[in-house]
Amino acid sequence: MDRGSGGAPGPGRYQLTQLRSIESQSVHIIREVAAEFERPVLLFSGGKDSVVMLHLARRAFWPGRIPFPVMHVDTGHNFPEVLEFRDRTVAEMGASLVVASVQDSIDAGRVTEDPGPNASRNRLQTRTLLDAIAEHKFDAVFGGARRDEEKARAKERVFSFRDEFGQWDPKNQRPELWSLYNGRHRAGEHIRVFPLSDWTELDIWAYVADQGIELPSIYYAHRREVFRRDGMLLATGPYVALGEDEDVFETTVRYRTVGDMTCTGAVESTATSAEAIVAEVAASRLTERGATRADDRTSEAAMEDRKREGYF
Amino acid sequence: MELLRFATAGSVDDGKSTLIGRLLFDSKSIFEDQLESVERVSRQRGDEYTDLALLTDGLRAEREQGITIDVAYRYFATPARKFIIADTPGHVQYTRNMVTGNSTADLTLVLVDARKGIVEQTRRHAFLASLLRVPHLLLCVNKMDLVDYDREVFDAIREEFADFASRLELSDLSFIPISALCGDNVVQRSANMPWYEGASLLHHLEQVYISSDRNLIDPRLPVQWVVRPKANRHHDYRGYAGRVAGGVFRPGDEVMVLPSGLTTTVSAIDSYEEELEEAYPPMSVTVRLADDVDISRGDLICRPMNQPTVGQDLDAMVAWMGERTIQPGDFFQLKHTTRWVRAVVRDLHYRLDVNTLHRDESASRLGLNDVGRITFRVTQPLFYDSYRRNRTTGSFILADEATNVTVGAGMLLGPD
Repeated sequence: MDRGSGGAPGPGRYQLTQLRSIESQSVHIIREVAAEFERPVLLFSGGKDSVVMLHLARRAFWPGRIPFPVMHVDTGHNFPEVLEFRDRTVAEMGASLVVASVQDSIDAGRVTEDPGPNASRNRLQTRTLLDAIAEHKFDAVFGGARRDEEKARAKERVFSFRDEFGQWDPKNQRPELWSLYNGRHRAGEHIRVFPLSDWTELDIWAYVADQGIELPSIYYAHRREVFRRDGMLLATGPYVALGEDEDVFETTVRYRTVGDMTCTGAVESTATSAEAIVAEVAASRLTERGATRADDRTSEAAMEDRKREGYF
Repeated sequence: MELLRFATAGSVDDGKSTLIGRLLFDSKSIFEDQLESVERVSRQRGDEYTDLALLTDGLRAEREQGITIDVAYRYFATPARKFIIADTPGHVQYTRNMVTGNSTADLTLVLVDARKGIVEQTRRHAFLASLLRVPHLLLCVNKMDLVDYDREVFDAIREEFADFASRLELSDLSFIPISALCGDNVVQRSANMPWYEGASLLHHLEQVYISSDRNLIDPRLPVQWVVRPKANRHHDYRGYAGRVAGGVFRPGDEVMVLPSGLTTTVSAIDSYEEELEEAYPPMSVTVRLADDVDISRGDLICRPMNQPTVGQDLDAMVAWMGERTIQPGDFFQLKHTTRWVRAVVRDLHYRLDVNTLHRDESASRLGLNDVGRITFRVTQPLFYDSYRRNRTTGSFILADEATNVTVGAGMLLGPD
């Protein structure tokens, strides 16, 4: 695996490829946070974006260790393959893992689960996340969100200020100039940091292929029992109740995003390598969230509303 | 593949969002679900045609008001290049967003309505692009379909703008007549304007030469982080991590560390699990040095024969973004490269009218969206170059000491 000069050929001498350029920018951001904050934490779900973010953090401090812990906000509705991957990856890196559990928030009466057999815990994660930030006194929280994912996220800063309620105020964001990031805040406030802001889905896959980064197996084509709901393919499992007219069938699928099993859809695919997925993504006519995330389909501004409350 | 970052600026009605929607649409960077969503909203609002501006206006308030409020970033790619668009609002009250969008741009695209010609906003956008030293300025005369694709209209606007631009410091200026709504000269050359012999907008964006826009002459490495693994395998490892801000570093180079002034040589340049033969902007690397010298975050590695200015008195052009005014005697937190220092305003030399370029030397303060020349005194020496010479070591931000909000952007003036 060529780790030194990835990306497509083209630029002349002393010109970085686009992939090297955004990689360098991300590493710069991660180092700034480690240097300027007292208690940063990196959100890690086992999803491809957070895996790439963790890889970039490793690059930033190599040969030293990553100087902050990793946190998973666990909905309790995870794909088992992803949990296994999470534990193994974090252990290999020698990083410390904090698990913030939505189930604990429910048990403690901090949040109430929506009624019904198919309730998603996606929105409940916000409370759990904010509680964990307060409990551990985290002052900077790395998230793997990308601006190309969704239109509210396209407005997001790299360093994004959150008030003492964890709220995002999209109409009143700090100007962010050059690569001079302002992480100043008062006690109780925190900064969300998005090192992958300028990456697209295609960039993530190209980088996974270039660096030989391991991902949870469900990202690659596999046989799975699924059923169709709202135009998406959802996996059968313990957290999903089937409707009367929903028929289960087995097919070859892969996941474009990894989240709560109840709201994350699969796409039919035979791509079994990152290279094959790069080709598929390049030809795709649907955004990954539009194709596979029921949580974003609630309304035109579903993401903006959740982000205002403190969502990732 | 190369990356081109460009900023767009335009006023409420000159079709900026439509143009971006068109670029995304025609380069097949819009996905079907995004287009369906836009078509649905357009229908609901009773628009006569699908409003491509809805693709870029991401916030609820923006869609409700039909205007762009904040910088939005958009991504698209062609077989030739990848692009990041910083889509900024054009109205004067959002000057700070325009400054933000231009600070990292390789190119600024200014839109003019062919029916209205050069207006105050056009001049302001061009001035801000020159203030932020965006290397390339591209003026697109839009809505050519509404002036019957008349060459004389285009030529008159071009001449008027070129006259104004001669008072600015612009290194590269181009003009393209387009219709964003109809797609003329956006991706393909238009048959409606055979008199125009230049490239289409997309072709121009793909071809404009950006390789020489960075400083490869003055080696500068602001230290971000000291890597000390404290592990058995790398027991004696000590590396200085940072993003190269100028010049080229190679193993064996004699270097000087500021502020100590000690000289040593580069023993190795590390990337992840490999050593590099050279490092240049904007690479993030870790440099090892031959001698054990005391270095910490905020220090700068340069060459003994090529040092930046070292000083505590800073003369700068400042774009003011704060709700409160700035005036002599005010204190701020100032961030320059990897260093925060305290700064006091010593002198306000003049306020620059961003529309007329008139210097008002009687001004006693700067208000929101004003630009002026200010002298600061800072608590510790900074190692800087003029912004003209280096956009990284020549820039700083100001933060309000009470609210922590970023309130100003500074571009250092220097001997050159």
